[in-house]
Amino acid sequence: MTNEEIKTKVLAALAAVAPELEPGTLAPGANLRDELDIDSMDALNFLVGLSKAFGIDIPEADYRKLSTLDAIVGYVAARVGKR
Amino acid sequence: MAEFLLPKLGADMSRGRLVEWVKKPGERIARGEVIAVIETDKANVEVEAFESGTLEKVLVEPGDEWLPVGTPLAVIGAAGAEAPAPSAGEKPARKPEAAVPAAAKPAPEAPRVPAVPPPKPKPPSKAPPPHAPAVPAPRAAEGTRLPASPVARRRAAELGVDLATLRGTGPDGRIVLADVESVAGAAVAKRPAGRPAPAAPLTAAEKAQEKRARMREAIAAAMARSKREIPHYYLGTTIDLTRAMAWLASYNAERPVTERMLYGVLLLKAVAAALREYPELNGFWTEGRAQLADSVHLGVAISLRGGGLVAPALHDADKLALPELMRRLQDLVTRARASSLRSSEMTDATVTVTSLGERGVEAVYGVIYPPQLALVGFGKVVTRPWVADGEVAPREVVTATLSADHRASDGHRGALFLDAVDRLLQEPEKL
Repeated sequence: MTNEEIKTKVLAALAAVAPELEPGTLAPGANLRDELDIDSMDALNFLVGLSKAFGIDIPEADYRKLSTLDAIVGYVAARVGKR
Repeated sequence: MAEFLLPKLGADMSRGRLVEWVKKPGERIARGEVIAVIETDKANVEVEAFESGTLEKVLVEPGDEWLPVGTPLAVIGAAGAEAPAPSAGEKPARKPEAAVPAAAKPAPEAPRVPAVPPPKPKPPSKAPPPHAPAVPAPRAAEGTRLPASPVARRRAAELGVDLATLRGTGPDGRIVLADVESVAGAAVAKRPAGRPAPAAPLTAAEKAQEKRARMREAIAAAMARSKREIPHYYLGTTIDLTRAMAWLASYNAERPVTERMLYGVLLLKAVAAALREYPELNGFWTEGRAQLADSVHLGVAISLRGGGLVAPALHDADKLALPELMRRLQDLVTRARASSLRSSEMTDATVTVTSLGERGVEAVYGVIYPPQLALVGFGKVVTRPWVADGEVAPREVVTATLSADHRASDGHRGALFLDAVDRLLQEPEKL
């Protein structure tokens, strides 16, 4: 899976919790919580979406690594690659 | 036979719009079943029947008119009674503009005890896919009720879009607003040049702005009433959450992301359990006195995307095990933000809990939602130097606050309540 394909799926999972998201306007390095006004329930639902979309589990200890779009794509790429 | 009146779904509701009938004349209705969808100033609400029977006749059709609370919407016959066949001279259902009764009956007040059984929790909604333009679908069979969100139905009616031609992209194929608007947008783009466009409806942005304004008005009315009528007193305490947070981390570490809990669930459960010990904080001030509730239905303040908030009820929160409470909270938040709450959830809350910790504040001293008796607030969980057993150590702490109605309780009991919340949180495994 390419990074671009991963990014598309990540944005889809994000749009599920933040329907007003305009993917083209999201800066790759922007903090998602601040940018999209995501709270802990949104964040959990997003992680559930990621988990289902990529078939990976995401340990709670890794949550802090997933603050930006770029970071999430990199994280998922590494996890998917390891399977 | 009874009239089904436009119910009052909260202290801040004075009017509503009938979005759709979920049941048709002649259909049987079980108590607690959704009978209609009502738009209030704050949300679309699925209204449940207060009693079983047969929907004999609808008196009002869905429309854009605002109807005062208490407007008769339908006639419901006794359970087991057959719906009468319409007579030749019978008047059809009124359009909303004619629906306001000369002397509206008293509105059904928000029930002080649940008028309907707590709704069976739905599983958490599946994450919908991104809103790609809806693909035309094969026509649904006649008479088949299409799965569509209330707001999508309403928008489809406004734009003249036939829902049967759409393929929904929402959870389980549900048709959502974006599906309707994407097709409507395509239709506009295809309109031949020179043909006049129909009268322009409000744009999505204008509608959103109007909805926000209405919501602010509703909140303003309730909060002004609260500050005008309720003599609040405020208390606060700092609670050591270190043990609870460690227990939760350990719990979550053993489970997949789909089964993990948020620390807020521990707070909610502790509040619910403490209210069993201090019932004078759980109930309503009505008819000049405190009427305590038999059940603990926590109103959970949920901020909505785009502004505003609702505080629907988590029924019987004191009786639920933590995983079930988490599941119901997740479902409630998801549906609140999708404007898909039920009337019992809008009316049954016996106390409200709010948390603004995620927005960085350390304490919140809230305004009681009338006619409730109290509101419990939580701030941010922070690490602080803490003295325990004569030693200073870093601890994770949270500030819990209580805003309570001084007519119904005194500071002494309020303080004991906060102390109980603290005590319960020290043994999270027993919650």
